[in-house]
Amino acid sequence: MAVSVSSERDTVASPVQRAFREALYAGAIALGLFILFIGLKTDQNISNQLILAQRWGLLITVVVLTMLGRFFYIAYGQPFMTNQKIADVATGLLPASLASRFFQLPAFIVAIVLAVVLFAFNSALPGLVGDKLAGGLQFLRALAVIYALACVIFYFRAFIHANFTKLGIAALVLYPILVVVVLSIYAWSIMGGLQGSLKWVDNYGIQILIYVMLAWGLNIVVGLAGLLDLGYVAFYAVGAYAYALLGSHYGLSFWILLPVAGAMAAFWGVMLGFPVLRLRGDYLAIVTLAFGEIIRLVLINWRDVTNGSAGVSGIPKVTFFGLMTFNSTDPNYIGKVLDIAQSSAYYKIFLYYLILALALLTAFVTTRLRRMPVGRAWEALREDEIACRSLGINTTTTKLTAFATGAMFGGFAGAFFSARQGFVSPESFVFLESAIILAIVVLGGMGSLVGIAVAAMVMIGGTEALRELDFLKSFFGKDFTPELYRMLLFGMAMVIVMLWKPRGFVGSREPTAFLRERKAVSGSFTKEGHG
Amino acid sequence: MSANSMKDAILQVEHLSMKFGGLVAIGDLSFQAKRGEITALIGPNGAGKTTVFNCITGFYKPSEGMITLNGADGSSFLLERLPNHEIPARAKVARTFQNIRLFSGMTLLENLLVAQHNKLMKASGYTILGLLGIGGYRRASAESVELAKHWLEKADLVDRADDPAGDLPYGAQRRLEIARAMCTGPELLCLDEPAAGLNPKESAALNTLLMDIKSSTSILLIEHDMSVVMQISDHVVVLEYGRKISDGSPQSVRTDPRVIAAYLGVDDEEVETVLTEVGDEDVIEQLDIGPDTAHGPGTSSSYLAGPVSDTIGHSEGERVTVSKGASKAAQFDAKASVAPRKPTERATAKPPGKSPTSKPRGGRK
Ligand SMILES: Nc1ncnc2c1ncn2[C@@H]1O[C@H](COP(=O)(O)OP(=O)(O)O)[C@@H](O)[C@H]1O
Ligand SMILES: [Mg+2]
Repeated sequence: MAVSVSSERDTVASPVQRAFREALYAGAIALGLFILFIGLKTDQNISNQLILAQRWGLLITVVVLTMLGRFFYIAYGQPFMTNQKIADVATGLLPASLASRFFQLPAFIVAIVLAVVLFAFNSALPGLVGDKLAGGLQFLRALAVIYALACVIFYFRAFIHANFTKLGIAALVLYPILVVVVLSIYAWSIMGGLQGSLKWVDNYGIQILIYVMLAWGLNIVVGLAGLLDLGYVAFYAVGAYAYALLGSHYGLSFWILLPVAGAMAAFWGVMLGFPVLRLRGDYLAIVTLAFGEIIRLVLINWRDVTNGSAGVSGIPKVTFFGLMTFNSTDPNYIGKVLDIAQSSAYYKIFLYYLILALALLTAFVTTRLRRMPVGRAWEALREDEIACRSLGINTTTTKLTAFATGAMFGGFAGAFFSARQGFVSPESFVFLESAIILAIVVLGGMGSLVGIAVAAMVMIGGTEALRELDFLKSFFGKDFTPELYRMLLFGMAMVIVMLWKPRGFVGSREPTAFLRERKAVSGSFTKEGHG
Repeated sequence: MSANSMKDAILQVEHLSMKFGGLVAIGDLSFQAKRGEITALIGPNGAGKTTVFNCITGFYKPSEGMITLNGADGSSFLLERLPNHEIPARAKVARTFQNIRLFSGMTLLENLLVAQHNKLMKASGYTILGLLGIGGYRRASAESVELAKHWLEKADLVDRADDPAGDLPYGAQRRLEIARAMCTGPELLCLDEPAAGLNPKESAALNTLLMDIKSSTSILLIEHDMSVVMQISDHVVVLEYGRKISDGSPQSVRTDPRVIAAYLGVDDEEVETVLTEVGDEDVIEQLDIGPDTAHGPGTSSSYLAGPVSDTIGHSEGERVTVSKGASKAAQFDAKASVAPRKPTERATAKPPGKSPTSKPRGGRK
């Protein structure tokens, strides 16, 4: 009875009234949740005794903020959203009316001017307005740049949508050049530009591309064949150690060891594949997870070979196909050969192009394989294994090839990783890595290369970008370290994306063949696989 | 069996038995399917028809018996010895499923291309040559699209070739599943209740497709819909509780009193009445013992059962649920021995009123 009464009131109440009520509920829930988390804090006093610190002010702030948020969402946000045209179903983007109101020419011009002015006076800012405000202004500058870029993307959205792959590859190829050019102009010296590009090329470019490649490799196993693999990092580790050990003990070149690392990882992929072929779903996931842990424990405990947790160091650098090296002491150092100034940026830029090439190779092979019988069999396996067998497909070998192919690309990425780091230890191959790679695949949309690349960019680039928020220290005090909140934000972003697009960024599936026209298959028909 | 009839038969099932624990799903079944004919396998729910299919197509390894497939080129295969996936690939037996199993997230065309996996795999040099772009993969691929198109046209689905299979209406999904099976290039096509759940129009479309297929491929058909069976099949085998109770032309089966008792006509009450008259206490006691479904998953999940070793091999303590009382055909025999004329009269009197075209009792599927 009570229910019917309240629901009646729901229909009658105006948004503001309802918002008021909901805000009270939200406040009560927040109070209940946070009273122990935030209101009370255990601390140590000077004589090392445990004391209870009370933080009622902070608690009240949080609760009030929650209530305000809920109130404004229900009172204004929700009616506004429902008044808009239904969000663009195909792309999942905000309604066009909203977006066109958000991206307007005057605002675009203001953003450009703001960004240019702030860039121009960057060095003078702290002197003019003080440190604290300068940090905030830098953040504002970043926002302005992002807004301007978003405007450009929005304006050319149809074109971008039509040529996304080509544009994406072009952007990736040009990225280091652009970074160096822009930073050189900014610093008024090429050396300064090269030096400054290190962070952008290495921390962002290479880091993201490694994950793109790993996720594309895992995509073959999880996204195409539908085999849930929670131990993918094991193959990454096999590849990394294969290069690290063979490279540092026998002095073999990267170019020889790259295929070796891939082959070894593929071999272990088959080794893992055999026992787990009969398993499905949860069981498969658990066994692959265990496999990942076993490899890590072997790396830790097999000290004679792997040097245990201390890891392997002194891993040789990659050479420029044996023609030039990147060690400034070598006679054929790139700087000496080409007669240019010494800089560590060459190596990073070279590595960037190397991982880009490896990632594109992965993508190329995956797209090619999808159009071949094996690739179709993988997807068919994901859709229905029994039907596959009734059509004469040997599901055993099909699964094994999926495991082996995915593992091989993991092995390539691992070899690259150890060459880039110059040092590997079991620390780098913990379960969290597998989880992140899998999260990228799921967020991107299982099976979609473009979606996965975007997801890797958002997830890895996003967490890297959070390191840049140092100016927040000036607001929250010196102890505040934004990096510590990276994982929290990572998780939050994942929840939001999964609510917004449950099938990942690209939920639809590109058919591998067509008779009349290529129509994307909606995600509601594809299956996730069960084994 | 004469040598001639051996040659004539594309499929020969001899003394086939399949036991799940103590449950005898098929008991000593022997029959033949002739080349170029449509052989129908009928029987009430739970009679073991799907289990026969699963044995023929290698999803189950039979407990006993021999299943021989005689290829057109003179080769012959013992199906119970071939691994599951080699039966379509080498012995050229294709099948469909009672609960449709399509690759729902793939387009119709892709579904039909997956069915040509083995052929394409060879043409692509087991992927390696195809990946490098050498060899005849390109041509083989174009040919496979042609074949797919051919079957899409036959199944009247060519307009929807680029739509996901999961998007099709039910009847079209059935036809697609048949077209997909045909794309494997089978000599024997096994269809598990293809007309189940179809409306009359879809049923008619299915009949056309089947008659079309019949000209090139032998068909083994499980069917509940008597109109389909009587119209298109050349030979009918009737199962009840895993045993064959009749075997012959549609006409002879339709008038076989054992079949009528088991499958078509006699109501439970009538049987009971007859038996009570006869005074067979033992039979009455066991009257409501049906096949023990608790002893295994239901029909639809039976395909999901993993390797056969999981479900069979507990042969001690065998419990044969095929009891005298449960089998309507056996009841008929019992009745017939006491009052030989009566049921036959009833049987011959029945068909006009309660004709075999009506859905069988309990024919849910
Ligand atoms: N995998 C299995 N395990 C145990 N019992 C099974 C299995 N598959 C089928 N059965 C049993 O075998 C009998 C015949 O089933 P089925 O062949 O599906 O009948 P239908 O004639 O309706 O197709 C049923 O009693 C069923 O419960
Ligand atoms: Mg059945």
